[in-house]
Amino acid sequence: MTPCVSFEQVTKKYGSHTVFENLTVQCPFQQTTAIVGASGSGKTTVLQLVNGVLRADGGLVRVFGDPVPLQGIEQFRRKIGYAVQSAGLFPHLTAFDNVTLVARLEGWEHDAMQNRFAQLLDEMDLPIDVAQRLPRELSGGQQQRLGLCRAFMLKPKLLLLDEPFSAIDPITRTELYTQFQKVQKHEGVSSLLVTHDLREARRLSDYLVILHEGRLQQCGATAQVLDNPGNDYVSALVESQLI
Amino acid sequence: MKGLVRATLLVLMLGSFSGAIAAAETISVGSKNFNENYVLAEIIAQLFEARGFEVDRRFGLGGTLICYEALKKGDIDVYVEYSGTLSQAILKLSGQPSKAALNQLLATEHLQLLDDFGFNNTYAIVVREEDALARNLNSIGDLAGVDDLPMMFSHEFLERQDGWPGLAQSYGLQQVVTGIEHGLAYQAISDGAVGVTDAYSTDGELVRYKLRILQDDRKYFPEYFAAPLVSRDLPVAALNALAELSNTITNEQMQALNAQVVFGGKNFAQVASGFLASRKLASGSEFSAHSIWPNLIRNTLRHLQLTGIALGLAIVFGLALSLFVYRFEKTANGIIYFCGLLQTIPSIALLALMIPLFGIGMLPAVVALFLYSLLPILRNAITALREIEPTLIRVAVALGLSQKERLRYVLVPLALPQIFAGVRTAAVISIGTATLAAFIGAGGLGDPIVVGLALGDVEMILQGAIPAAILAILTEMSFGLLQNKLSGRR
Repeated sequence: MTPCVSFEQVTKKYGSHTVFENLTVQCPFQQTTAIVGASGSGKTTVLQLVNGVLRADGGLVRVFGDPVPLQGIEQFRRKIGYAVQSAGLFPHLTAFDNVTLVARLEGWEHDAMQNRFAQLLDEMDLPIDVAQRLPRELSGGQQQRLGLCRAFMLKPKLLLLDEPFSAIDPITRTELYTQFQKVQKHEGVSSLLVTHDLREARRLSDYLVILHEGRLQQCGATAQVLDNPGNDYVSALVESQLI
Repeated sequence: MKGLVRATLLVLMLGSFSGAIAAAETISVGSKNFNENYVLAEIIAQLFEARGFEVDRRFGLGGTLICYEALKKGDIDVYVEYSGTLSQAILKLSGQPSKAALNQLLATEHLQLLDDFGFNNTYAIVVREEDALARNLNSIGDLAGVDDLPMMFSHEFLERQDGWPGLAQSYGLQQVVTGIEHGLAYQAISDGAVGVTDAYSTDGELVRYKLRILQDDRKYFPEYFAAPLVSRDLPVAALNALAELSNTITNEQMQALNAQVVFGGKNFAQVASGFLASRKLASGSEFSAHSIWPNLIRNTLRHLQLTGIALGLAIVFGLALSLFVYRFEKTANGIIYFCGLLQTIPSIALLALMIPLFGIGMLPAVVALFLYSLLPILRNAITALREIEPTLIRVAVALGLSQKERLRYVLVPLALPQIFAGVRTAAVISIGTATLAAFIGAGGLGDPIVVGLALGDVEMILQGAIPAAILAILTEMSFGLLQNKLSGRR
């Protein structure tokens, strides 16, 4: 299968600072790839290169085999789901309007939006009466679930997840993992998950990419990487977080 | 036969053509914002009306330059100017040039100074009679060395070539002086807050407040003979009407006319009508003392119109500009800084600066109010847009919203409460500042304030000030309610 996302010799710099150089990674189709690294390792930059917010200074980023387009980038982004830490819901819109904003811009019928919205709420175990509430009237967990609903709304083939589980209490987080994985399976979506938490990566990902100081440390099937750390940095990371 | 028909048609056409002109002939009469100038302007206006002209009264313009610029611009056709003011303050001449010499210079501006009314309203330096007796003050020179009488002069007098700077030099006066609104000076001198002030030799107050005019031994003050200053486009019939007024008023008679307004409880229209009747120049129509309500309603509506238009324009322009520049920090800061500078220009000065560009009346007032409203609107909008949580913008981009969609669905709604607060501030500032628009003939609630200041008539000032204050409070309150509603919805 074509990888959902592939980085081919990608270099990215901010001015004179090199984020990474000649990064080559292939994220498998319909699986979850976790990108793990400390802050400043360039893991968020990876996501921004995929949805075209940033452009590579060298090399090529492909999504489902095609290079990230230069024209029609908005249409391209609407085919990619996106979720961030603390949900990033728009505070002036109700839960329903937050989740369905782009669907409306895409010209969806109201009934279609409502059905899809209801389906996602159900899958994420959210009561339907949150629909007309504003984000500030919801709990952190509910907000984050809605953030994930928004990411799934347009039935994307690819999800970009920028630490969406990190600002939640541990019990809620575990519930969320289960619900998220259920929906993900059901929707048949490929995911790129950025996280600093190796346990989360072990819990959710099939494929693991470890970045440190602008270099790819190791990548491969998650279990394999965790069982056989390829270098000192990776062993230290595994030891500090998992043992 | 054919020729005769053609000639008749031609005559008929010409006749109807000139008839149409005469019927539409409207003369704009201006006045400065002090008592005597209102009275003389009203006399001219009523005389014109008695001679069959339509008159547009543009009274209470804020000072010599505003009147002169308005006349040059053609916004008014005539106002009463004083020979000394014309030669010194306007044409910057020294000495006392003849009327012919003045007219030669005025011709280049397409203006003309007509024959004067007969009185010389020169500057007078006045003190209280009791102070004069106690200190043996008879001439201006006697003031040298007097340091226990506070000196306050009208702002115009302090600035003019033929005003305080030259006077002080000529008589060797070294006292520190401050400025005061002319209309308030009499009250201040009679209360004892001021010891020495400038007055006009025909002011009605001189007798009333027992003030002594100090002799001008050195003939420092030029002559100030009042005469109509007109556009050369004025029709002959109007010129003839003005000629009937030449040499009809002495100094004492002018003092009496002024006193009728200030102390006799008559309005300008009544005094002018009485004067014209006594000289058999016009039949002397009855003018009742004006009722408050029609004026109040007209002034309030005009006030709302001025501020409404200015605010509307500022909202549209300010928001468009904010949305355009908020992302460019330097440009946005530059614009905010520029608008801040505009705010530091005193309102009356900004209004006066508008005249060469836009003449007098509503347009320059609206432009000035528009400029004042921009700062609060721009600053609030730009700050609000900049302070939006960056994550939300990142999310909006990642979701695939275009630039326009981000503005419409995310940025503007999020910034709205603060934008609204800016509009609210702008509205209240505009309502306050709009009272000054009366100085450039724009009307509004400033009208009674300007007249009241000219007459030292507190009741009249309040007729403008109280409704303006109520309007400001109502605006503040209704915007507050709207704001609550808006934020309640989110």
